[in-house]
Amino acid sequence: MDLLNNLGIGFHTALTLQNLLYAFFGAVLGTLIGVLPGLGPVATIAMLLPSIYTLDATPALIMLAGIYYGAQYGGSTTAILINVPGESSSVVTAIDGYQMARRGRAGAALAAAGLGSFFAGCVGTIIIAAFAPPLTELAFKFGSAEYFSLMVLGLVGAVVLASGSLIKAIAMIVLGLLLGQVNTDVITGTARFSFDIPELTDGIGFVVIAMGVFGFGEIIANLGQPEEHREVFTKEVKGLWPTKEDFKEAWPSVLRGTALGSILGVLPGGGALLASFASYTLEKKVVRNPRVPFGKGAIQGVAGPESANNAGAQTSFIPMLTLGIPPNAVMALMVGAMTIKGIQPGPQVMTSNPELFWGLIASMWIGNLMLIVLNLPLIGIWIKLLTVPYRFLFPAIVVFCCIGTYSLNNNSFDVYLTAAFALLGYVFYKLSCEPAPLLLGFILGPMMEENLRRALLLARGDWMTFLNRPLSAGLLIAAALMIVVVMLPSIKNKREEAFKEEG
Amino acid sequence: MKIKSQRDFWSGLMFLVVGVVFAWGATEYSFGNSARPGPGYFPFGLGILLALLGGLVLFKALTLESEGGDPIGDIAWRPLLIIAGAVAFFGFALPRLGLACTLPILITLSALAGDEFHWRDVLISSVVLTVGSWALFILGLKLTIPLWPIYITG
Repeated sequence: MDLLNNLGIGFHTALTLQNLLYAFFGAVLGTLIGVLPGLGPVATIAMLLPSIYTLDATPALIMLAGIYYGAQYGGSTTAILINVPGESSSVVTAIDGYQMARRGRAGAALAAAGLGSFFAGCVGTIIIAAFAPPLTELAFKFGSAEYFSLMVLGLVGAVVLASGSLIKAIAMIVLGLLLGQVNTDVITGTARFSFDIPELTDGIGFVVIAMGVFGFGEIIANLGQPEEHREVFTKEVKGLWPTKEDFKEAWPSVLRGTALGSILGVLPGGGALLASFASYTLEKKVVRNPRVPFGKGAIQGVAGPESANNAGAQTSFIPMLTLGIPPNAVMALMVGAMTIKGIQPGPQVMTSNPELFWGLIASMWIGNLMLIVLNLPLIGIWIKLLTVPYRFLFPAIVVFCCIGTYSLNNNSFDVYLTAAFALLGYVFYKLSCEPAPLLLGFILGPMMEENLRRALLLARGDWMTFLNRPLSAGLLIAAALMIVVVMLPSIKNKREEAFKEEG
Repeated sequence: MKIKSQRDFWSGLMFLVVGVVFAWGATEYSFGNSARPGPGYFPFGLGILLALLGGLVLFKALTLESEGGDPIGDIAWRPLLIIAGAVAFFGFALPRLGLACTLPILITLSALAGDEFHWRDVLISSVVLTVGSWALFILGLKLTIPLWPIYITG
């Protein structure tokens, strides 16, 4: 009954007044940015990182986690009501959700999304609690070679699952790895690529890149497009409770979405976005004769992806918590947050900080409970928010991002660098280069280099060490297989088809 | 030679140049050997890899036909330069002018990047956001950000 015991510790921690408040704050903030298009969890968490210096580690992480899964709830509201995904992971929800809203069934769509997300969130939390301890044990068997191979697998996974050109995605990862090389070499203490600028010898902050490319880059891209006409279905949200048929149709989709999302969330490069795409494709395959066809307002097309993205958001915590390796950009920021609080992420966290570890897990369940209340009975508040025009929103985002970057180290240099990355972000946008793999490469870069060099040092320069060690070899073979599989013509077409869904 | 995909052509070129620059820069640091890799070992390899990938993208852009030439399209110069400029201005002005003066200027500048500009809206945003930021960041989170210009407070 270790699990119950551990969860006991967790709930004991999570149920203190302070931690409940921060969980609530995270959930509210997450919903807020989820509802607002053009501001995602990556930029928001990056913005908040400086402020957690004044907090304890546990409430800080509880709050940041709440923002991530809260955004999954909020994103669906915008997708359903105005056909604009509030969050990238709600892109597919917009397809059928918006059609349901147009037929006056916005309430049922919102309820299916909310209840599905809640169920998936509960299951996701249980999965983390059950699988984290055994994975942690495995992680202790890992040496430098295994860590290196695992990161290779992670980066390959991120590419395979990204949309768009495969080679360009790999190139973006390598570019990210290179940007991570601007630092002081950990082994010899040589300053690299710093051009004698003292601020650069500490490396470029990932918050600087995240804010520049994701925060400002997106604002510029949004402003560059003519303002679209938005039709908001605000008055028609009534009758939140779905009908009996809705329930009967949505339940199997919720179960499938949850299962799929839980698996895909753990995979490197996975998380909420991929889970929702995959689930929509699966629903279209499985549900042969829907009452309402897909694309015309099928409730399965809302319930499945929404459950999947929330399950994926939950389980993507597993690699971060057990191995210290972030599977996506949000988890990379969580690793950053832990480092700020002086906790070295990795398998030892569970034993050295049990309150933090189990408290965070328990808080996810509590957070999901808060979110279902925030998002269904209180939906009216968020709908009001959607009527705020963008010309009021973007100056606010600019202000918060600016203050956030400045207060990182209290210096102007970071702000200048962010401005430069904003320009670069727009270049990436114009050249259709996905920035997410770049951020992942940037974060894993220094870790990868350290492990590569240490593994080579231990093996006296023998590159075969990565293949002679069975665990490491297995991981590398898995990575190679992934690339081969995506290159196969039949899969390649399927992959392109799956990502065209948004069009 | 005709460019068949604009976007791929320029991104390939970008990767190629950046890769070469990094690899070339890495030669300044000790390379070591594989038994004792030096600080230049990893960046040199990565730079070469990036240059190769860039070359591949470039090659594809020149040989493979793409739909309509995949043009880059219009560049939104106005928001691009205004937003980047406003951010850089903020970095310069905040330690000198303080939050109370910098934010209204930042907000007015960035509002110029949008399609519509109304003084009334900008005024509302400026007041609400400046007071809000003061309450949240200086009062609430106790960040050490100057509020007034250093010329006043000394």
